[in-house]
Formats: sequence, structure tokens, C-alpha cells
Amino acid sequence: MTDLPDRQFGFRTRALHAGARPEPETGARAVPIFQTSSYVFEDPESAAAYFNLQEYGNTYSRIMNPTVAAFEERIANLEGGVGGVAFASGLAAQSATFFTLLSPGDHVVASRALYGGSITQLKHLLKKLSVELTFVDPDDPDEWDRATTEQTRLFFGETIGNPGGNVMDIERIAEVAHNHSIPLVMDNTFATPYLCRPIEWGADIVIHSATKFLGGHGTSIGGVVIDSGDFDWSNGKFAVIAEPSDAYHGLAFHETFGMYGFLMKLRSETLRDLGGCMSPFNAFLFLQGIETLPLRMDRHVSNALGVATWLDARSDVISVSHPALHYRENAALLEKYLPKGAGAVFCFELAGGRGAGQNFIRNVQLFSHLANVGDAKSLIIHPASTTHRQLNNDELQAAGIAPGTIRLSIGIEDIDDLQWDLEQAFA
Amino acid sequence: MPKTIKYQDPATIQRVLRTGRSIAVVGLSANALRASHFVGYYAQRHGYRIIPVNPREEEVLGEPCFNSLTAVGDAVDVVNVFRDPSAVPAIAREAVAIGAKALWLQFGVISDEGAAIAADAGLDVVMDRCLKIEHARYMGRMHWLGLNTEVVTARRRIKR
Repeated sequence: MTDLPDRQFGFRTRALHAGARPEPETGARAVPIFQTSSYVFEDPESAAAYFNLQEYGNTYSRIMNPTVAAFEERIANLEGGVGGVAFASGLAAQSATFFTLLSPGDHVVASRALYGGSITQLKHLLKKLSVELTFVDPDDPDEWDRATTEQTRLFFGETIGNPGGNVMDIERIAEVAHNHSIPLVMDNTFATPYLCRPIEWGADIVIHSATKFLGGHGTSIGGVVIDSGDFDWSNGKFAVIAEPSDAYHGLAFHETFGMYGFLMKLRSETLRDLGGCMSPFNAFLFLQGIETLPLRMDRHVSNALGVATWLDARSDVISVSHPALHYRENAALLEKYLPKGAGAVFCFELAGGRGAGQNFIRNVQLFSHLANVGDAKSLIIHPASTTHRQLNNDELQAAGIAPGTIRLSIGIEDIDDLQWDLEQAFA
Repeated sequence: MPKTIKYQDPATIQRVLRTGRSIAVVGLSANALRASHFVGYYAQRHGYRIIPVNPREEEVLGEPCFNSLTAVGDAVDVVNVFRDPSAVPAIAREAVAIGAKALWLQFGVISDEGAAIAADAGLDVVMDRCLKIEHARYMGRMHWLGLNTEVVTARRRIKR
């Protein structure tokens, strides 16, 4: 047996290979779809060892599955984390993270420019669990600091805000979090690890909706949580990870599993108990998508910047939220965190308000009117009447959404055709 | 991602795991919930002979305990340490004295002095790494739990 080479492979190579070593039994090169609910144990001792977490073993596909594991490892590798746990959706990944880290009476500080579904989840679901919440300006690290209390247990934000296009100063906000001995949790869905890797800037946990650019083709719903492995869960604030767990016969997850403590807890308790697991078939489709992530993202970001600049020059457009335009005065921020491009989802505001917005959507031919982003095909939606409908006017304004705001997710079509479609929709 | 520091060389780690057969676990606990027990249990399952070194126990994992490395008598390939870092230099000197081939210091067991004593005597040294995790990474099933093995290869896995 020869040793494996000690080489740090490039991002594109890892997007194809990480987590997908050829299957040992058959030599299958594509990751096989292990479409099975459960796994035959070798003997009673092995079964016990798997359930006791003394041995890495498959027990039940709600908790682990080899196809899903290949997906988890690939994203962990691309993000620079120590591992990942996949979920049935991005929101399932997020809620499982909150369930794992928070207890009644705890407090969360979060960006106020988040995806509407995340704002609703934080405000209403966490409230039911008696978790307190403060929304802050993602662009102002000092506000995060001022909002922090003795009870605060995590910061939560998005690398690129949905849909306002805010770009967080991850390094500064991570520093604020760490000064308070709490983790920074980042939703990196809009950037993907190809454009930005928050862990490299100090984030502790990274969450994705894989449904978007990772999958890339609008076929499957899924999410994943990645851990940097760097946070000290034994700092006195996280008894939920560090202390012996009643939910796992007294196991102390951080002491026993070290840098994998949070992930092991997330999988073997939270995923086990909440049950929102990813299906193997969806994991397979995500793996196919990730193989071409770098190629697609290059086209997504160049098309998006082209369309945004074109819209910005029009007199019937009030504003365009693309980060490259939004942060004209702060180009250094984008150069630091998003040197390859600032994503492909942005908004523009039509003169003429809600009615003009709805008319515009009625007129498009090529853009698909639907509630998703990150598809290879271009997408369009009117947030005030759909994705952000649960928000009141103040919350809409805080999230950067006006009645005439249109959100675009720019695909990888020919840019001339996209501009043709938008041009005729203005008419 | 692990930082590349001294005593974490992947080739050394793989060589120790591949060639070692007997592992003396210094500080092996009888408590099944302790990390040392997890590692000892796992290594035993994967065919290594486990030699517990713990003066406070008589038997762990079905093997008799020894008070110290020098009391073991049989050949020891790997000395695997779950002790306070301050105890490592003395353990390293014992490891050299009994002719062990490798000194493996677990997570948090960081002793440059102890590591240097063993390395100067020609032992392979691994520090601040978990033997169970590294075995699972290169020859086990770490990839079944979504953990980042950092293994990137188009070669088929060889079973052990």
C-alpha cells in the first residue's frame, strides 16, 4: 500500500474530487446513490460500537448516508472546515444549528438584512423557544458589539445579504464575536465557497442552502452546516456542547470529539431528533452541480455585473443593489471578501412602485418568475409580494426592499438575450 | 484545516499507522465515555494490540494494565499519550528506553521538549493529533460521517 501524497489541491480540482474517492467494492467512479434507509450490521458488537459513536459506522439514513456524506465532505473541504452535516433544506440546517447551540433565555444578534425566511425563523420560531433577538446593521460592526449581552450565544449574518446586497466585514464582526467568546455563524449561500470562504476570515460556522448555486440547476432542496473546528466550546458559555449530555447517555461531546464536538452533537442528537435529513438522491444531484460550480460562478458573476451596470445606466431605474454598485465608495471591502465577483443576485427599483414592478414581471419572456435563486437559468421575482411578504413596511425598508423592487438571479445564458428580455419588459 | 506544523507530517502519520502493531496507551481510562477509551477501543477493533499503561487500573479493554512503560516487557511499537503535557518528557525518555518506534501525542498533549527527546533518538513523532481520527482519515471510515478527510485521490481505497 502506498501513502497518499501530501498536496494541497486547487479549488477546481477539489470541487470535482473532494469527498468522492472511488467506491471500494465496485470501483464506481461517480458517487453511487446509496438509496437505503438502513444498513446491515456485521455483528451485535459492531452495532453497539456504531450507536455508541466508538466506531464510524452507518446505522440509519436519517442520521448518515454515504452519498450524503460525500456531499458533506465536499462542501466542508471547499469551505476549509473540518466537516459538515447536511439537512433537508437550508432553513432546516439553520434551525438545527440554532437548536444545537441555544437554550431558553439565550440571545442572538443577527443582521437585519437577511433573507425573509431567515428573519421569520429567527423572530417567530426562536421566540417560541424563549430565545431573545436583536437585529443590527450588517454594515456597522460597532452595533453588533453594543447589542451583545451576557446572554448572547451567537452572531448570525449573510456574506451577501438577500436581496439588499450588503457585504459583511466578516473579519471585524468575527473579532467582535470572539471578544465576547461566542461564534459567528455565516450564511454563505449567495457567495458559495468559490467566491468567499468565511472561515478564512474568522467565521466559526458556515451554513448553505445547497438549493441555490451549489446545486445550480434548481432541481433539489437541501442545506448543509460546516464547522471550522476552531471554536472553543469549553469556554464556559456552551454547556450544551461541553457538558455531559443527557440526550446521549452522558457523553461530553467537546471533550470526547475535540474539534468535531459540535458536528457530532449536531448529527447524533439534533439531526437524530429533528429528523430533517437530506435524501441521497438530492445529495447526488448536488454533487453533480458542485463539479461545475467554478465554471458556472464565473459566468454568473460576469453576467450579473453586466446586467446590473446596464440597468444602473437607465433613467427608469431608481437604484440597483448589486454590491459592486452599492459599495462604489468601499471597493476595498469587495476586493477583500469577493475578489472573483459579488454574486449574481441583486435587486433594482423601478420608478412607478408596486404596479410598475408587477407589470415588469408580466412582460418578461426568458426570466422565470419563481421563488428561488442560484439556478443556471435567470430568475425574477417581486419580493414585496412574495419572498418578503411576511415583513412589515419597516422591516422591508430595513432589508432594502421598496414596493417597486424587483429581484433578479442572473443565470448563465447569453447576456445579450438577458438584456433583450429586460429591455422589452420595460416597454 | 490543519496548519502544517512540525510532528504532523502526513507521510509519518501513515507510516506509523501502517507499520505499528502494538500500541501502549499511557493514561488509558476505564471509563467508556473518555476520549482515551474511545481511541483504545477503536484501535483494538482495527487489529492493533492495546497495552494499557495506567497505575490506577488493573485491566482496561480486556488487557492487563501496567504501571509504567518500562514495566511492559513486550515490544511496543507506538506509545500513545493521554497525559498532561508536563508528563511527556519523562514518558518520551521511557519510550526511547524500551525501544518504541513511535511517540504519538494526542490532541492538546503538546510538549516540544518531549517530542524532541523522542525524535532525537530516532522515533517517529506525531503531536496534537488523534490516532483514531488519523486512522479513520487514511484507512477507516471517517468519510462516512461527512468529516473532511482532506484525501483527494482517484485511487480505490485499500481495506484494512
